Amino acid sequence: MMLTDLTIAQAAEGLRKRDFTAVELTNAHVEAIDALNGRLNAYITVTADQAKEAAAHADKTLAAADAPTLTGIPLGIKDLFCTKGVRTTAASRILGDFTPPYESTVTANLLANGAVFVGKTNLDEFAMGSTNLTSAFGAVENPWRRNGDDTPLVPGGSSGGSAAAVAAHLAMGATGTDTGGSIRQPAAYCGIVGLKPTYGRCSRWGTIAFASSLDQAGPMTRTVEDAAIMLAAMAGHDVKDSTSADIAVPDYRAACGRSLKGLRVGVPAEYRAPGMSAELQAVWDRGVAMLREAGCEIVDVSLPHTKYGLATYYIIAPAEASSNLARYDGVRFGDRREGASLDELYERTRHDGFGEEVRRRILVGTYVLSAGYYDAYYLRAQKIRTLIQRDFTQAFESVDVLLTPTAPTAAFGHNEKPEDPVQMYLNDVFTVPASMAGQPALSVPVSLDSTGLPLGLQLIGRHFDEETLIAVGSALEKAADFTARPTFRAGAAA
Amino acid sequence: MSLDLATTRRIAKLARIGLDDQEIETVRAQMGGILGWIEILNEVDVEGIPPMVGTSQTTALPQRQDAVTDGDRQSDVLANAPDREGPFFTVPKVVE
Repeated sequence: MMLTDLTIAQAAEGLRKRDFTAVELTNAHVEAIDALNGRLNAYITVTADQAKEAAAHADKTLAAADAPTLTGIPLGIKDLFCTKGVRTTAASRILGDFTPPYESTVTANLLANGAVFVGKTNLDEFAMGSTNLTSAFGAVENPWRRNGDDTPLVPGGSSGGSAAAVAAHLAMGATGTDTGGSIRQPAAYCGIVGLKPTYGRCSRWGTIAFASSLDQAGPMTRTVEDAAIMLAAMAGHDVKDSTSADIAVPDYRAACGRSLKGLRVGVPAEYRAPGMSAELQAVWDRGVAMLREAGCEIVDVSLPHTKYGLATYYIIAPAEASSNLARYDGVRFGDRREGASLDELYERTRHDGFGEEVRRRILVGTYVLSAGYYDAYYLRAQKIRTLIQRDFTQAFESVDVLLTPTAPTAAFGHNEKPEDPVQMYLNDVFTVPASMAGQPALSVPVSLDSTGLPLGLQLIGRHFDEETLIAVGSALEKAADFTARPTFRAGAAA
Repeated sequence: MSLDLATTRRIAKLARIGLDDQEIETVRAQMGGILGWIEILNEVDVEGIPPMVGTSQTTALPQRQDAVTDGDRQSDVLANAPDREGPFFTVPKVVE
């Protein structure tokens, strides 16, 4: 077995048994990146030298007792997390050569836990998208291919670089951020595990903001156990983010393999969207059967406001984005276009610096917040958001977890993207409601479709009950036995 | 719903995004499509429903002491400026 084939749990054990060194483990990943990143474009910036240095340091830590769990584990970091001294782009031109003089809390937590960062992963510009096609640094290729078909496919988004890197074994795990599905949907498209924690579980400090009431960081890994390990290192209260929860971080890993006897799993009727493929429906049914087999009781539930989730999201997220992205003005940091007046400087900088999708969202957000429209759009959306959250609260009175598909389809081709933005937004239909309500949610790869592409199922839990997601997710993972690997991965490159 | 060009121009101005005539027209059409789709929300009865702010059901947001906890980082703050003079960010002349 190659070092790049190990899970985080296996590698942590191997490092402690001196089967291999942290330097060897990091070198294996850096070599894999060298071999494949030219094709996949999963990383915007590769930090090979820093990674090797950090790995050498990790070997020293491992020689002493009590090295933290992630010591020497090579991770990819979504290029939305500010990393001290390492260029951070948000996949936008407007940030230019921005190099943060500080470290985000989530990445600082991972570094304190001994992790080695091999690079900054590609994403949709400012995390706005479901394809990774909006990156100013070029599209990412999904490492999977359809059977007998060489069409390049999207990895999903916005954390598409992270998903592709983990799927192709160019990192053992990666950070993602999820505002409306940006961890879960690319995880499903790339056949990996993606966990969006409860809003407030991880600090948002130092993560470039998209929509502040929705943004949440989480782990992307190849197993549920690895997601549990990474989340434990990422999560926790932070005085620098007043919305981060002052709630103790449990031992998530201990929830893996926990008995599911008597657990109640809800299947929401409204997620049986018209037009759902028979194949996706069958995968969902199989997931239900697996959990019943594992001892769960299956309960039909209703989330009546589901169909309003997406439209509500596409008011609230752009509104918050228009406010958050007002800071990119060409004056204090990032790229600037000169102008005769200050307004001209702003307008030229923001026209040239932002891509089309980001501009569109800023404009929609500006519109819905502007005088005369605020009540009709933003305020109404915030009220419907209350109704969406009430749906979940009511459902969780009778069930412990919900099971749904993660995304309406498998990955599609770079050239098969819908031209109409509204059609594109429909990709997020199953992931957005949990984001709106702040619920934690986990995507687990379950099977391949008839063309050979992975499909995932989503578990949605109660606030701050990631443990149940991990317990149920690990049972689903075990029953599904998803062992397929993509065409392009370390050691198997064509 | 359809959006007119004057409104689209006003929004672009408010957002400080410079758009040429052709871009304004594209944005007008696309935003019109998005706003039309969003009208589905008008069928929801929101009478008496409070707006949701934040998602935490557990506690109200904490208040910290109103005290300085950080600072004296002039060089860090200026380090990424696209243009500067001494300890200042520069912009085109604003006051004649």
